[in-house]
Amino acid sequence: MISPPITPTDAGRRRHDPWARTAKVLKSSSFRITLFYMLMLSASVAVLLGFIYWSTAGFMDRQTDATIGAEIQGLAEQYRQRGLPGLSTVIRERFAQDPTGAAVYLLADQTFTPLVGNLDRWPAGLPDANGWMHFRLRERGPDHAEEHAARGQVFRLHGDLLLLVGRDVRDLERTRHLILDALTWGLAMTAALALLGGWIVSHRVLRRLEAINQTSREIMEGDLSRRIPMRGSGDDFDQLAAGLNTMLARIESLMAGVRQVSDNIAHDLRTPLTRLRTKLELLRAELGEDHPAGAAAQETIADAEELLTTFNALLRIARIESGGRRAAFASVDLVPLLADLAELYEPVAAERGQQLDLQAPASAWVIGDRDLLFQALGNLVDNAVKYTPEGGRVALALRDTEHTVIIEVADNGPGIPASLHTEVFRRFYRADHSRSTPGSGLGLSLVQAVIQLHSATIELQPNGPGLRVLVRLERAAAPETLPERPLPAER
Amino acid sequence: MRVLLIEDDRQVAEYLRKALGEAGAVTDHAADGREGLLMAASGDYDALILDRMLPGLDGLAILRTLRASGNQTPVLILSALGEVDDRVDGLRAGGDDYLVKPFAFSELHARLEALLRRGAVDAPETRLRVADLEMDLLKREVTRAGRPIALQPREFRLLEYLLRHTGQVVTRTMLLEQVWDYHFDPQTNIIDVHISRLRGKIDREFDTPLLHTVRGAGYMLRAP
Repeated sequence: MISPPITPTDAGRRRHDPWARTAKVLKSSSFRITLFYMLMLSASVAVLLGFIYWSTAGFMDRQTDATIGAEIQGLAEQYRQRGLPGLSTVIRERFAQDPTGAAVYLLADQTFTPLVGNLDRWPAGLPDANGWMHFRLRERGPDHAEEHAARGQVFRLHGDLLLLVGRDVRDLERTRHLILDALTWGLAMTAALALLGGWIVSHRVLRRLEAINQTSREIMEGDLSRRIPMRGSGDDFDQLAAGLNTMLARIESLMAGVRQVSDNIAHDLRTPLTRLRTKLELLRAELGEDHPAGAAAQETIADAEELLTTFNALLRIARIESGGRRAAFASVDLVPLLADLAELYEPVAAERGQQLDLQAPASAWVIGDRDLLFQALGNLVDNAVKYTPEGGRVALALRDTEHTVIIEVADNGPGIPASLHTEVFRRFYRADHSRSTPGSGLGLSLVQAVIQLHSATIELQPNGPGLRVLVRLERAAAPETLPERPLPAER
Repeated sequence: MRVLLIEDDRQVAEYLRKALGEAGAVTDHAADGREGLLMAASGDYDALILDRMLPGLDGLAILRTLRASGNQTPVLILSALGEVDDRVDGLRAGGDDYLVKPFAFSELHARLEALLRRGAVDAPETRLRVADLEMDLLKREVTRAGRPIALQPREFRLLEYLLRHTGQVVTRTMLLEQVWDYHFDPQTNIIDVHISRLRGKIDREFDTPLLHTVRGAGYMLRAP
């Protein structure tokens, strides 16, 4: 499968794939609701159409049956009053008078031998308990014979004579079929229209929801100024959008407030700190290296330095977390970055008798801030080297999968218990065993801020023994031209 | 060395002026943007130290105006904003280096020296030398007292940078930025370890050390 180049905006582009789009509509709850509604509607329509069928086709059947029944009653009466000759006369008169030729009369003896009637033999078929039977009529046309359906009732007359009175129901059957066809098509069209309607409705609902989703994604990527588009129709979606937009405006103003505060702190507090530090440096210079107070000044400078480092790290995390600063985002090949990192930390690891390995493919491109990624991964390697005992092993690995670049920093040090895997990202968190090692407790907080800025994930796993940190970044295509370094570097 | 300092915080300006004076520089001071731009445009300075946040005229606006008028004086930008994109903005506007407040004066001084040196050394060099330590940039060879010294590529770059700034203090941050090419805030003393490795190769077997540690500031390569 071809993996498309992924940039922060590519997530948006991928949604225009028609298959994904269709799958999305089919999966949507609005489509499912419509589908259910369609089934209910079809069932109701089926019941309604069934009733129509019963009251039209059924009515015609019942009328035919009633006519036949009445005739049989009449003929039986004739037989009782006038005997067989009378009955025969009446039967002959009846079918002679029948203009349509649709009536069937047959009087037969108990061996089914016809005595009188317009059928030349007793039709095949078994009557039901009430004497009703369906049979086929063969009509002799001028040059062809055709068969059609008939229905009649058999009545046993006194003296073991059998009287069959029936009707050719060919027209009735045809009408019934017409009605049935019309009803079936009606049902099918109802279902099709319901499905189409459902599709259109879901599509429209989904498009509105998609606008909301898209906006929330963009906001999560750091653009807090985005708002959900509104139609101005005042419908429920507009009301939802208005509600969410108000919420977003509130969040944005709060975030701006936080940023304002941190910028103010940066300016208002760092300036006096700069002065403090410069004063101390001047003091040290005036006292000279040999003066006993000079050493004290040096220590005070070191303390101020530590204070400033922590302070700067906090401000930096706050700035990164407030998002929106992706100005330095560009295509970054993580492989040379990791190689630089391994090379940078190799002497420190070697000093501690540790082995520092790197396994990586030729290249692995992501979109990101090169310096921040180096800082975050550097903090991870720093921790691994710092907490792994002398003679241990730190393994850096990079795996380039279809959509993700996975960076692994594994060590065989003491590890971190699973219960603390979320704790360690808190600001100023120090594990008990690390209180004696230098560090501000902000390293992993900064890592997490950088990870979030890159929409990446970080996962801690036990490495039996030790800790394995997995960072997953969205993979990007290699740029066509090599990226320009944002900063001119003096060589 | 004549330096123009454009900085609105009078106390910072006062101390910088004093400290720069002790380091042998003549410093003029402008307290707001407009005045600073006028002085920078008319005066003949070796370097400018420019605060980003200024009353009157923003630091970057001053810088753009100067560069647009063809003024190529090296500019070191000072800022309380330390984010990478701010740095990128500053360098794109024509700044030569960027320093985030609060800084050690030694850091500022080292960077200022490096800026002035950069202006002076334009001709491409093929050999760098301090005392009996020589580097051949074409053959990528290093010798001390005629004895070849094998260096890793990064050690070579590290030594090259130190040789190009012989007699100047270079700070750890400058080394990270220039030799490793990352704006990075290491949690441990990784640069010191690299320096001590390099020192082991160029100094250990010789009587006179060339690579010195400057306490509270950084390192310096200099002839004895």
